[in-house]
Amino acid sequence: MALMKVKFDLKKRVKLAQMLWLMYWFSIMAGVLVFSMGLFFKIELRKRSELMDNNESHFVPNILIGVGLLACCLNACGGKICYDSLDSTKFVKWKAILKPFLICCLFFNVLLVVTAAMCFVMRIPLEFTLAEGLKNGMKYYKDTDTPGRCYMKRTLDLMQMEFRCCGNNNYKDWFEIQWVSNRYLDFSSKEVKDRISSNVDGKYLMDGVPFSCCNPSSPRPCIQQQITNNSAHYSYDHYTEELNIWKRGCRDALVSYYGGMMNTIGILVLMVTLLQTAVMIGLQYVNTSLSTLVNPEDPESESEGWILEKTVKETFTDIMAKMKAMGKGNQVDEGANEEGVATVS
Amino acid sequence: MVLLKIKFPFQKRVRLAQGLWLLSWVAMFSGAITFAMGVFLKTELHRRSEVMHSMDIHIVPNLLMAVGLASVGINICAGKVCQDSLDPSRFPRWKTFLPPFFCFSVFLTSLLLVAMILSFALQPSLEESLKIGLKNGIRFYKDTDTPGRCFQKETIDRLQIEFQCCGNTNYRDWFEVQWISNRYLDFTSKEVKDRVRSNVDGRYLLDGVPFSCCNPASPRPCIQYSLLDNYAHYNYEYQTEELNLYNRGCRQALVNYYMGLMNTIGPCVLFDFLLQMTILVSLRYLQTAMEGVIGQENVEIETEGYILEKGVKETLLETKEKMKKLLQFAQVGDASATTPETQPEEEKPATA
Repeated sequence: MALMKVKFDLKKRVKLAQMLWLMYWFSIMAGVLVFSMGLFFKIELRKRSELMDNNESHFVPNILIGVGLLACCLNACGGKICYDSLDSTKFVKWKAILKPFLICCLFFNVLLVVTAAMCFVMRIPLEFTLAEGLKNGMKYYKDTDTPGRCYMKRTLDLMQMEFRCCGNNNYKDWFEIQWVSNRYLDFSSKEVKDRISSNVDGKYLMDGVPFSCCNPSSPRPCIQQQITNNSAHYSYDHYTEELNIWKRGCRDALVSYYGGMMNTIGILVLMVTLLQTAVMIGLQYVNTSLSTLVNPEDPESESEGWILEKTVKETFTDIMAKMKAMGKGNQVDEGANEEGVATVS
Repeated sequence: MVLLKIKFPFQKRVRLAQGLWLLSWVAMFSGAITFAMGVFLKTELHRRSEVMHSMDIHIVPNLLMAVGLASVGINICAGKVCQDSLDPSRFPRWKTFLPPFFCFSVFLTSLLLVAMILSFALQPSLEESLKIGLKNGIRFYKDTDTPGRCFQKETIDRLQIEFQCCGNTNYRDWFEVQWISNRYLDFTSKEVKDRVRSNVDGRYLLDGVPFSCCNPASPRPCIQYSLLDNYAHYNYEYQTEELNLYNRGCRQALVNYYMGLMNTIGPCVLFDFLLQMTILVSLRYLQTAMEGVIGQENVEIETEGYILEKGVKETLLETKEKMKKLLQFAQVGDASATTPETQPEEEKPATA
């Protein structure tokens, strides 16, 4: 009992081939789309690789690029096959490789589904990479005279302004590190000496944040220094003040930015998978309808098309039997060799 | 004396019609792109309309949008005329429509040149408008509690951050204005009282700037306050310090940005103008060449095409006479008295 059998006459076959050819063109464009999304994602990761300690994994964008290119090739092939299927003389040369080609397409679809799953899952390792990278970034904020780290301050400032965030988890992260370089500290002044002697490592710690944490929507000029000291500023209560500096942490902001991007890409890849599955089924129909012509000489005769020759269960048992036979074949060969060896000796 | 006469055998006519049909499709897209660029320019000008005092400069994108739309229509017509010119039975119906169509199209296409010229000519007006707008913006920076002005602070802050600029001409503009609202000043403190008394208007002026003037590329944390006091900060000299704040004024930054936009759009508009004029000239040749074919039995004869039947001067005189006649008929319709003796006089120079 074949799976989803459909009767085909010449007109229906021609229409199927034409529609399938058009769908293959759309699939090629979808493949280009996947490729460009992989490229875009890769560029976005490279842009902020400084904040991730240059440690980020480019695995997912590379897979997307590869899958996009492969999709273009497979679909171009499929389109050519459809185009030739209307001419029986041209179609003959494709007949032999059509079954392996369809199996390739099946594996490719599985690969697409795996890629989509990875897009959704990549969020978790990215979060860890970002947490580590941002912590180090903030540590090197003051090192504007150290080669290799001199642009960290600018990168962090621009990132905080662009993503509207402050610090790693929140603004208090800036209180725990020295973000003012020693070159700009007057070590003869009492205030500096007090702050340095107040902690074990001799760091200049203060309850202040860089200017890039300031929120432009605040109605009052930005309060960056002495944030936790209510009496230092007129009419100020840091427990109720909400608009002065950005409340969000940069790790959250970046993870949600990249997470949103990856979710969109994952959904698009799933839709491309559906399209690929549809064209694969269409090509199977073309294949079967052209190989079951009632009268092989007459191209206008009727034929039947199906997805699987037997039902799913039977096809599965067939495949298992074939694999067992292959495995037994190897064993029998080895057994015969052993006997041969035994008889010889 | 005919202007720029060209002989057109049948094959040349057909090729002209086909080439022109294709070109009209290209020009249609070009017109759509001109429209899109006009929309883009208008959106960009509108985004910063809060710091602009007058809307004079908006005429440039308005012209681009109008001409872009009109040229789409013109080119569709031109394409239709080309298609019909290959069929001599269908071509005569365009006879009365084409002359006013040409005048109208030439006028609209020349508006593109006008738009380009205006984009340069209105630069002083744009600069003046920005000067006044930014001055007001800086003045009302502190009024975050006044309805209608409460977003000025956010607008100016975001503008300074995005365009990497500070103040109107430079950062010293902030020293002349009170940009901290009275709500956040402690009037019992000595420092505030001193500053308020130090000037006639009783304003709290200081040598400080808002945080949005800070330059992220500076190697040291941003110095916003006591900018002119070298002793207030360790290892600081305001005369040589260059990276601490943005050096540019926002007026200059915005003018450069808009001029840059218009210089980018300029070549595309010029290309569209040249394309459109080429199409109109070719269409005129096609029309005049086809006129020789109308009424003839053999459509494959050779005809002549020209731009103007008579010389430029004579055509202008004729047009003037026609306009006078039209006006006179209009007057005759209004007034009760007629002037029949003037009409034969008008006709005599035309026939001479």
